[in-house]
Amino acid sequence: MKHHLIPRIVARLLLPFIVMFALYVQFHGDYSPGGGFQAGVIFAVAYILYAILYGLAEVKRFLNDAVVRFLAALGVLLYAGTGIASLFLGGNFLDYSVLAGDSVFGQELGIWLVELGVGITVFSVMVMIFYAFAGYHGIGDIEELED
Amino acid sequence: MAWLSTYNYWIFVFLMMIGLYTVVARGNLVKKIIGLNVFQASVFLLYISMGKIDGGTAPILTGNPDTVYSNPLPHVLILTAIVVGVATTALGLALVVRINDAYGTVEEDEVQEMDRAS
Amino acid sequence: MENLIDILLLVFLAATAIVMVRMRSLFAAVMLASIYSLLMAAIFVVLDAVDVAFTEAAVGAGISTVLMLGTLALTTNREKDPTHKPLLPLLVVTITGAALIYGTLDFPAFGSADAPVHSELSRRFIEKSGEEIGIPNIVTSVLASYRGYDTLGETTVIFTAGIGVAFILWRQRRRRRRRKRQAS
Repeated sequence: MKHHLIPRIVARLLLPFIVMFALYVQFHGDYSPGGGFQAGVIFAVAYILYAILYGLAEVKRFLNDAVVRFLAALGVLLYAGTGIASLFLGGNFLDYSVLAGDSVFGQELGIWLVELGVGITVFSVMVMIFYAFAGYHGIGDIEELED
Repeated sequence: MAWLSTYNYWIFVFLMMIGLYTVVARGNLVKKIIGLNVFQASVFLLYISMGKIDGGTAPILTGNPDTVYSNPLPHVLILTAIVVGVATTALGLALVVRINDAYGTVEEDEVQEMDRAS
Repeated sequence: MENLIDILLLVFLAATAIVMVRMRSLFAAVMLASIYSLLMAAIFVVLDAVDVAFTEAAVGAGISTVLMLGTLALTTNREKDPTHKPLLPLLVVTITGAALIYGTLDFPAFGSADAPVHSELSRRFIEKSGEEIGIPNIVTSVLASYRGYDTLGETTVIFTAGIGVAFILWRQRRRRRRRKRQAS
């Protein structure tokens, strides 16, 4: 793996900035172009870059298959849960105005929660698809390492 | 310069036809999926071209009450369409991988021959 | 000036698409598809669609390329040479293209402010979004609040696609290989 040294070092330097940019795009999506989808994809791309350079087994130790599946469902649950919470608080489904005392603040809170859910789902689904493609021939299975 | 105003739409038709030709005429399954992506992206170009207003700017409120904003509704539709497009592409590529595993090839005519022979 | 950039980028786009069709090496075709997505993102910026450009660049030039390269690693790398000239698809494509261009002659001029697409709905979104929702990005407010139900459906679609891929590429084959190795 000696000839992979330069990409590895450069990736190790760049990854914190990519992750920080993904978080910026996620939470600043109300004021500039961005939002949940873009942030989830950028985060997944940073993760895939690490997986390509350091191996699938190493990255699966951080988030294995079960955790990724749980995160994907968690994002959709967060989105639908916000809608149902506004049902319980007296409004219509996905009517964010009733989530807080002030209607405008309720809308902003609802959008924040919903975009977070979308970002989590998009990130974990992209990672899940990558795991399915890259781990097809059994590379990176934890049991294979203990052979 | 009246023809300049329809230039976007002609390129849209051209790209759409290239995508359609790739899906119909090429036998390789991965090439077909690439052609499908070209087709989808050309439709996005049509929608976004329809929403553009001369002298407008991106639909982010600037605080100046007389800025002209381009229409944000096509942008929302195409945002959804792009993400659904990548989901469809991922599923299509997964099916191609399984077909390759089952038949040993990804050429459409060879797969059909093997199906007819068995 | 904006029109000149627009025309130049569209010419590049058309050239990339033509070369992509004729390429036999699938690896080069996938790389050209990535360039196609990036050029499309640049065109979207020129057409004032900044959110869409962001998504197209990240998704098209990022994730889509990774998935296609993964498929190429698991299948073949070259396309087979065709056995006969595809005259019938060419004819069909030409006729459909001519019909569509005939249809675009009726379109309103590009960039006109009174086209039918700029309906009452878009005007209401632009005017009321600031005071009702309170965030500057109109696309995010329409996506997450005014049309939030559609976005819920879209998130479910992505989730379903991920589950679908995980099921299609279920790794039972690894255990079959292990049994073969233990038997040999």
